[in-house]
Amino acid sequence: MGEDAESPKINHTFLRDYVTEADVISTVEFNQTGDLLATGDKGGRVVIFQRETESKGESEEVGETGDSGEYNVYSTFQSHEPDFDYLKSLEIEEKINKIRWLPQQNAAHFLLSTNDKTIKLWKVSERDKRPEGYNLKDEEGRLKDISTITSLQVPVLKPTDLMVEVRPRRVFSNGHTYHVNSISVNSDGETYLSADDLRINMWHLGITDRSFNIVDIKPANMEDLTEVITAAEFHPHHCHLFVYSSSKGTLRLCDMRSSALCDRHTKLFEEPEDPGSRSFFSEIISSVSDVKFSHSGRYLLTRDYLTAKVWDLNMDKGPVETYQVHEYLRSKLCSLYENDCIFDKFECVWNSSDSVIMTGAYNSFFRMFDRETGRGVTLEAWRESSKPRAVLRTRRVYSGGKRRRGDVGVDSLDFTKKILHMAWHPSENIIAIAATNNLYIFQDRVNPETQLQ
Amino acid sequence: MGGALSHDADVMEVTAEAKRIMVVALGKLYSSRTQRGGLRLHRSLLLTMVMKSARDMYHAAQETEWAAAEEQQPPTEEPTGAQIELQEGKPLTSPGNEVENSPTMLRRDADNKENMSPPRPTQHSRKRRGKAAVEPDFLPCKKAKLEQKNVPQQLILSTVLLCEYMNCSSEVGAPPAPMPVQRAIAAC
Repeated sequence: MGEDAESPKINHTFLRDYVTEADVISTVEFNQTGDLLATGDKGGRVVIFQRETESKGESEEVGETGDSGEYNVYSTFQSHEPDFDYLKSLEIEEKINKIRWLPQQNAAHFLLSTNDKTIKLWKVSERDKRPEGYNLKDEEGRLKDISTITSLQVPVLKPTDLMVEVRPRRVFSNGHTYHVNSISVNSDGETYLSADDLRINMWHLGITDRSFNIVDIKPANMEDLTEVITAAEFHPHHCHLFVYSSSKGTLRLCDMRSSALCDRHTKLFEEPEDPGSRSFFSEIISSVSDVKFSHSGRYLLTRDYLTAKVWDLNMDKGPVETYQVHEYLRSKLCSLYENDCIFDKFECVWNSSDSVIMTGAYNSFFRMFDRETGRGVTLEAWRESSKPRAVLRTRRVYSGGKRRRGDVGVDSLDFTKKILHMAWHPSENIIAIAATNNLYIFQDRVNPETQLQ
Repeated sequence: MGGALSHDADVMEVTAEAKRIMVVALGKLYSSRTQRGGLRLHRSLLLTMVMKSARDMYHAAQETEWAAAEEQQPPTEEPTGAQIELQEGKPLTSPGNEVENSPTMLRRDADNKENMSPPRPTQHSRKRRGKAAVEPDFLPCKKAKLEQKNVPQQLILSTVLLCEYMNCSSEVGAPPAPMPVQRAIAAC
């Protein structure tokens, strides 16, 4: 299967109409080089894909890098198991909420994976040699009869089939009362943060029995609760800065140098509410579901139910850019509330040069916005229209005006096919899109280094 | 007259929608208790907020006659005060039905006491409907009583919300309103 370039990496079992709940992908993340791609699912499993390197001869052309290969399964392991909190009589789901890779320091790779309560550090290492020629044991490991040994030999390392070993190195437990929604590795390479609904903790990667609480928004009286933390991330370059988003649509930039407890923000980013668009659901749709720093560290990208917004760290009065992801849903909020879709949490990502942003939608659609032109494009992650090597065609949702062939009506959108999780390769135009239990990887072959359009 | 009727229909629509939203929110809150993984705080908070704003909207829609009168006047507290005052002793002058169905008649200043008499039947009917339509059976009935006690506060706030709903060019925006209401409701 690896040799055949045409063989698809996506599941083509058309006979399987149902989706096992446990197979639903819940997070996708590239490592810092983009060679590895990890996915976590609802069943607590992590699958790591590795990019194959093509032979140099055929692909060394102008503008194209050496390895433009496919991603194949590298390793699979069970990260979290279903757990039980005996004190509260609550089940703890094994669903992987987030995966974050550590920067690579040696031959091994490290990643953090978290469910609702516990964060784990995993070491992923390769073994492609094994010692052979033991004196006291035979090839199968059985002890030899000493009397048969007539000479001594030095065991030598012989190459074997590649084995990928994944071992848990740290388990960071009992740090959170509420459900963990984010983890973020600090640029200092030593610490990371984990955020739940009301608190953010900072951990040292080497210390599991202790963490520092750096944000606590729990009110003295829970009846006074008005907002929760929805996402948090460290600044890509400044190890003292982090941002967290709230359910009220605000962003708070915090500087850990100012005080031990960062309850008081350094900067508050908030857009004044438009009174004309107020509805029953204004609070729900303004809740920020994801926040991401740009690679440059200058901008923030946020996603709420209907829009994606770019904020300039130097301006807290409002976003500098607002992109309508699926404005046609604004009039359907009531039915989306009834079928629970209004609570869906979409992620958003930057491309490597921070010139394009991407986020998901319904009906297996996802949207890309070019920041320079302000134009958006709708693409589809669906196996029927995505044969290997086929060019992704743009789609359109018809919501009035001239209807073109191929347009999809708002009422025929499939709200069960939601693109919530996605990742963009750190340096190339390769994107990974999770569509329920399928993973789609799209690559820009023509111009891998330039914008995807 | 036609304007008044369509306005009335809008109010009915808002009331029905608010009621449906509240019921759905309650259903979701109750079913989330048995969900695997425990109560999701974020979701529960959002549902509670939706329920509260639907509830406010519902009560606000029920005070349509008063809001219509106040639309003309900037100070919202005054007419409310007058209404409370009048609860005591004013006899039911103009037939309650007529007043409810034609709010145009009520667009007068607060001094006009005939205008203000409907509070009694309206309030009475609001309380009745509140129990049967809004509150499901399993909720303790002290909630209805508490609403009545908080009437002055709620009236002020609900008037504000309705004004805003009807797109009056009022300076009072959405943000200030929910906060005090939440405290009132949290006390329930």
